[in-house]
Formats: sequence, C-alpha cells, structure tokens
Amino acid sequence: MTWVNDVIQGIMLGGFYGMLACGLALMFGLMRIINLAHGDIAVLGAYLIYVVLEHWNTSPFVAILPVLPVMLLLGYLLQRLLLERSLRSGLLVPLLTTFGLSIVIQNLLQQGFSPDVRSLGAQAGSVATASWQITSQLSIPAIGALTLGVAIVIFGALQLFLSRTHQGRQMRATAQDPDTAELVGINSKAVYARATAIAVAIAAIGGMFLAIRSDFYPYSGPTYLIFAFEAVVIGGLGGSLWATLLGGIVLGVAQTIGGQINPEYPVLAGHIVFLLVLLSPRGGLVNLRRASA
Amino acid sequence: MSLLEVEQLNLRHGLLEAVRDFTLGIAEGETVALVGANGAGKTTLLRAIAGAHRPSAGTISFDGANITRVPAYRRVQMGIALVPEGRRLFPALTVEENLLVAAQRRRPGRWNVEAVIEAFPMLERLRGQRAATLSGGEQQAAAIGRALITNPRLLLLDEVSLGLAPLAVEDVYRSLATVIAEGSTIVLVEQDLTRAAAVADRVVCMLEGRIVLQGAGSELTREQITEAYFGLRRSREAPR
Repeated sequence: MTWVNDVIQGIMLGGFYGMLACGLALMFGLMRIINLAHGDIAVLGAYLIYVVLEHWNTSPFVAILPVLPVMLLLGYLLQRLLLERSLRSGLLVPLLTTFGLSIVIQNLLQQGFSPDVRSLGAQAGSVATASWQITSQLSIPAIGALTLGVAIVIFGALQLFLSRTHQGRQMRATAQDPDTAELVGINSKAVYARATAIAVAIAAIGGMFLAIRSDFYPYSGPTYLIFAFEAVVIGGLGGSLWATLLGGIVLGVAQTIGGQINPEYPVLAGHIVFLLVLLSPRGGLVNLRRASA
Repeated sequence: MSLLEVEQLNLRHGLLEAVRDFTLGIAEGETVALVGANGAGKTTLLRAIAGAHRPSAGTISFDGANITRVPAYRRVQMGIALVPEGRRLFPALTVEENLLVAAQRRRPGRWNVEAVIEAFPMLERLRGQRAATLSGGEQQAAAIGRALITNPRLLLLDEVSLGLAPLAVEDVYRSLATVIAEGSTIVLVEQDLTRAAAVADRVVCMLEGRIVLQGAGSELTREQITEAYFGLRRSREAPR
C-alpha cells in the first residue's frame, strides 16, 4: 500500500514539475530557446506574491491575481528587449543571455529581499496542511490534489488556446516554419513575445505552488530549473504539451519512489530516470521530434 | 503606372551576387513569366519582392510606395502574396488551418476558405487532414489557395509545377487560369517554356541575375528563349 501511496504522491508532485516545465517547453518548442532563467522567473513570481501579501492580508491564491498581468508584461518585454536581439545571433546566444539573466534575477532578489528563507505555506491556510485519509497508509494532501488539478487546467487551457484560437494557430505555424509564417502575414516577433509572456506567467503560477509547498530563497531557481528541464526531456523534446506533463509525472513518481527506498535518494532517482530516458534509443517518452522538424 | 517597380536591385547570398542591378516594372493586371536556368536568381528575386530576402542595394516600390524595408508580414497586408518554391505548407496543421492562418490578415476581397475550396475542389475532402499527408499536387493547390486567401493584388508563384505529376500540373494550371482570367497581377517562375509563354503576357528571361531577354509571350520564339536561357546570346551581345 505504501507503494500505491508513493505513486499517488509522485503523480501529484509531477503536476507541480509539469507546471514548472510548461513554459520551458513552450519557449523551446516555438523558438528553440532554452530559458535557463526559467526557475528564477518562477521564484521571482513567488517573491512578487510575497510582496502583495505584505500589503494585503489574503491567500496566495488571491495574491497571484495582480501578479499574473505583471508577469505577462515582464515576459513580453523580456522577449522584445532581450531574447529577440539574442536570437538574431543564433541559438547559442539566447542560452548565454538567459544564463546571465538567471544570475541577475538571483542577485536582485538577494539585494531586495535578503537571503532569508521564506514560505507562503502559512498564508495559504488549511489548504497547505489538509489531507484526505483514504486508508491508514493512503492519504491525499489537499495541496497535492490542487497542484495536479491546476496543472491539468493549465495544460488543457494552453492546448485549447493552441488548437482553437487564431493566435494559437499562428504560434503553431510559426513553430513549424517561421520563414513561411512571415510570408502568410504573421508577425513572428509578436508571436514570440506573446508566447514568452504566457510562459513567464505560467512560471509564476509554478512559483506560487513552490512557495506554498516548501520554502524559497533568492537562489532556489536553478534546482527547480533542473527538475523542469528533466520533465521536458523525459516528455520528449519538441513533443506535445501533454507529453511534458507526463514527463513531470514520471519524474515525480521516480523521486517519491526513490525517497521510499532511501530518504536520501529522491533527487538521485529522478536524475537516474532522466539519464535512462536520455540514453534510450528513442530519447523521450513521446518522441514527436520528426513532426516538429 | 506600374503596380510593382523594381529598380537597380542587388540581392546577395553572402558573397554570391544572385541578382545584379535588376530593373523591372510590372503593370496592374499583367502576367509575367520569369524563366532562366537554375541559379539565375529567379527565386531570390521573388523572395525579395515578398520581403523574405533583404536587398543589399536598390528599391522595390509597390503601388507607388517604397516597400524596400517593409517586413514580409506587412507586405501580405498590402497585397503581395508568394507561393514559395517547394510549397512550404505548415505540415502539422490541417489544410483548413493552413488557409485560416493566412486568412487572418486578409485584405477584403472575394477569396475566403469557401472560395478557395470552390476553386480547388480536390481540397474539399482534405480540409481536416494534416498538410504533410497530402500529395504534391494537393499540397500545391493548398499552397496557392493559402496565398489567394489573402486577396493579393500581386501574386508571386515560384515553380508551381516542380515535382508534380503531369496530370497534377494540368490541374493546377487549370485552376490558375481562372485566377489569371480575373485580371490578377501575377509573376510566375516556370521551367516549362511552352507553358510559360502560353500563360504569360510577357516572358522575362534571366541569366546570372540579369535580364537577358524579354518580350511578349506570343512574339518570342522558343529558339530565342533557349538561347537566352543558356547564355548563348551573351557571347554575341554586350550584356545590358
């Protein structure tokens, strides 16, 4: 029964990783940019929620509402002012740019908020601690179920956006062939900026759950970047969005089972699964690389 | 006044000069065929007119406005549409999505998804299929439809018959005939000289990035074009 419990906990943890990986996958799928600052952007989102909560006594789930438009704007500007220029010089330059951005964000957060460790768990109220006891060995924490639920909603909404709306269609067309997209009247730079805005906003939602589930400090970003990156790779680079969520879930399950075997093993188990997937001939659970090529 | 005016245009691929000091005016309603051997600069010229290739010198004017620095997506809104070489449909999008994605910024006009499907009836049953699964002829029809749906004033067609079965070429040109008959302004690149001369008001023969011969499709003889095509005339006449 503990195994069943582990798998269920792992799936819920996977929802969290999927949420963090979502924006990373979106940016990689569309522009081939690996955003090394993605984890720090999530942490920045957590700090912005923290700031809102200092002035407004409410729950993080409410405090994120004013933060989301700010993050959308930041993402838009990030693309327009920084990444767009970097992209002109090839694919390696954006990698360096986001690496630098990661350091800048970490230092600014340290400057502005001190290196103290914080958490938003207390402000989240009973959601952070409540759980449903199913059997003596199987309990489902409310925050885990909520994380997974929100992750599914985010992926579903993004999928609907991409498949049903004009802007989503433009994004898919641009991802497949940016040169031809321009020739049918699509402003690819505007499409890229919109996508980065969405990716950054989703990262902030991930940051909120990060801050409720555990604690955070200015240098938390890179750890979560690695988990998000592993989720994207396990799901299959350039694959479908749902594959990224699936990748997150595989990583989450690997980590909880690893933790069951030995409390020191969760992260190691995740890395091992990641490496096994990378070494496997297909390289990714759902390999759609050819479809996107 | 010409609808399209290309003046002293120079186009480069790195160090290679693909098009040199190229000047050409195209009147509204005219159909012009560009012919020439591989590497003559035809595709590069069309891409530059559509905005996908930045000229190193010279100007391109459309309807009296200098559009040399206007990005490709804005030129679509002004009324220039290119059917690119190799068709270049979005492979993972359905046929209908390929049309819709171009229709979003369409100019007002008679072309819409239904009109395109009426003009290319073979697309009717393929609407919901991914473009990658289509045959060459079907893809070409969809690619032409994708350009038409923007209601262009100037339609650029790059080797629409390349890699197609002869029957498919017939199909494509039969559908194009209606577009031409409607008085659209068209520039097409075509390897089949007979066909080029048949559909075009004017045939422009390019060699190494320059015009070496041009004239009404009905007036030029096949021999003249062939000579220009392979550069045989250049040895006898000074290049312009």
